[in-house]
Amino acid sequence: MKEHAAQPHNEAPVQFSPESMAEIARVIGLYPEGKQKSAILRVLHIAQTELGWVSVGAMNRVAEILAIEPIEVYEVATFYTMFHLDPVGKFVLEVCRTGPCQLVGADDIISYIEEKLKIKVGQTSADGLFTLKTVECLGACGYGPMLMCKYNFYEQLTKEKVDELLEALPATLSA
Amino acid sequence: MSRKLLLEHAQVPGIETFEVYRKHGGYASVEKALKKMSPDEVVEEVKKSGLRGRGGAGFPTGMKWSFLAKPEGVERHLVCNADESEPGTFKDRYLMEKLPHLLIEGMITSSYALGARRSYIYIRGEFMYVLRIVEKAIQEAYANGMLGKNIMGSGYDLDLAISPGGGAYICGEETALLESLEGKRGNPRMKPPFPAVKGLWGNPTVVNNVESIAAVVPIVNHGGEAYAQIGIERSTGTKLISASGNLVRPGVYEIELGLSVEEFIYGDDYCRGIANGKQLKACIPGGSSVPILPQHLVCNTAAGEKRLMTYESLSDGGFATGSMLGSGGFIVFDEDQCIVKNTWNFARFYAHESCGQCSPCREGTGWMEKVLYRLEHGQGTMEDISLLEEINKKIEGNTICPLGDAAAWPVAAAIRHFREEFEWHVTHPQEAQSKNYGLIQPRVEV
Ligand SMILES: Cc1cc2nc3c(=O)[nH]c(=O)nc-3n(C[C@H](O)[C@H](O)[C@H](O)COP(=O)(O)O)c2cc1C
Ligand code: SF4
Ligand code: FES
Repeated sequence: MKEHAAQPHNEAPVQFSPESMAEIARVIGLYPEGKQKSAILRVLHIAQTELGWVSVGAMNRVAEILAIEPIEVYEVATFYTMFHLDPVGKFVLEVCRTGPCQLVGADDIISYIEEKLKIKVGQTSADGLFTLKTVECLGACGYGPMLMCKYNFYEQLTKEKVDELLEALPATLSA
Repeated sequence: MSRKLLLEHAQVPGIETFEVYRKHGGYASVEKALKKMSPDEVVEEVKKSGLRGRGGAGFPTGMKWSFLAKPEGVERHLVCNADESEPGTFKDRYLMEKLPHLLIEGMITSSYALGARRSYIYIRGEFMYVLRIVEKAIQEAYANGMLGKNIMGSGYDLDLAISPGGGAYICGEETALLESLEGKRGNPRMKPPFPAVKGLWGNPTVVNNVESIAAVVPIVNHGGEAYAQIGIERSTGTKLISASGNLVRPGVYEIELGLSVEEFIYGDDYCRGIANGKQLKACIPGGSSVPILPQHLVCNTAAGEKRLMTYESLSDGGFATGSMLGSGGFIVFDEDQCIVKNTWNFARFYAHESCGQCSPCREGTGWMEKVLYRLEHGQGTMEDISLLEEINKKIEGNTICPLGDAAAWPVAAAIRHFREEFEWHVTHPQEAQSKNYGLIQPRVEV
């Protein structure tokens, strides 16, 4: 269960880009008429991909698009753990902490990232680039330790691979 | 080496495209079913195959299909469960990533059998890159007349789409999944009514695992009887096993049911033994929700027979000395692993994933996690061990969905088989922080 209290500063109105709006229209079309609420998770993913996180303003906009009450969106966004309801770094590193990954060294990888970025789980690095989170099993158990960042899976992690990744990710920003 | 019915072409370059998949015999089951068989004949073949649900519970698929209510003028749905979030399980992801068209083919043939004209694949949100692969394949299938109106000139219409979750293990439970697919929080529904009567948007619905639906393809192609000849007893056909933990070669394997556990762990064609030359300490053979087995009960049953990878053999001995095939999430522990730590880790998982609707589950999972944390961190007492057993009894059977049981059973099993190790954490709190207990000795029952 996820606990979250909405922050007042989150309410600024949000508009999505034309590309996001086109994609949202397409995915709503995947459900029968009148059942557009079914698209809500897909739409929240689209919103988060564009904005980096899901503010109350973004949820209000989603409610408007889906023609449902804002509370229906809050209820959903607070239930599912993938949605970041507070601002996060440019790259959210979500490291799996569950049994099978732990058996092959997930704890070491988590502490290594903490040391390297000088942050604890749940925090964002001083330069605003990285947020470190731990998550439960991501369905990659045979290839652990692993982490997910921007929907990409990075598997069979070693300290060297973490070093490389922490360099490669910021480089994608200027590319 | 096991025969491969599902993953036979997984390594063919380009097999994720319609063209290559079709060249390798893809969509033959759609052609056969839609042109030569009635829907009921397809259901009959699935019944004859003896296929049991691959999502965890092992319920016979053909029987489940025959329970689907068919009121006049009401739409029906097939929903594929691709939530795959039971720790230790990662086979569906592999199948969808490598062979998206196999799943789509299975969805078409199965939807035809059920009379569904609008079907969905519900995939966990973290598998967004897999969603994109499958969605592209769905678009190809539409472009090639395998989806949409009048498929292959048969007069049968089907719309298929894929829909993501948002990070919640509970959405693998079929009624939570349906809630989620309707755009709501993933709170499991009270049953009855069962989805077969009132499912997606209140319509009769069948929910099946990815692998179950894919297995319908070889069943229709070769016939249910031929499929039933593979395997032993009521464990027919092949099964995808996700092997993880301290193995030389973890990964996804398609095995014929009936292979010995020993061959699977140590055989050259499979996992090739325990990593780093260590010894086996324990194994959870069917995903985190099933009981753990200590070393001496992994390759042999308590009765001294060879343990096989079948529903029956893995559960031989009941919960006292057996486990379950479950989802096929096969997790292996080497001699350096701490059972208390692992039990705490999984308890934390269930506490995190409880949807919070029923108090025995919500409170019980959180409480177990706290007690196990104490034990693991050298702050536990002997009473804590019996407390865990009591909490267990309070959860078991008292909840809306099986997550409560799934959280309780593994703790009970760990204490049953590894009590000495739990007690050692209480009597040696300092030592337990810096070293491991090691292997346990088989307990002699008197
Ligand atoms: C807490 C919980 C989680 C589950 N997770 C999954 C899952 O990730 N994938 C799955 O196929 N079945 C899962 N199931 C089982 C489903 O409820 C359902 O039985 C299954 O999808 C039926 O398909 P099958 O008959 O083809 O196995 C889960 C059940 C529970 C209680
Ligand atoms: S048993 Fe747990 S997960 Fe299932 S409905 Fe109750 S609280 Fe939710
Ligand atoms: S335990 Fe880490 S991906 Fe499953």
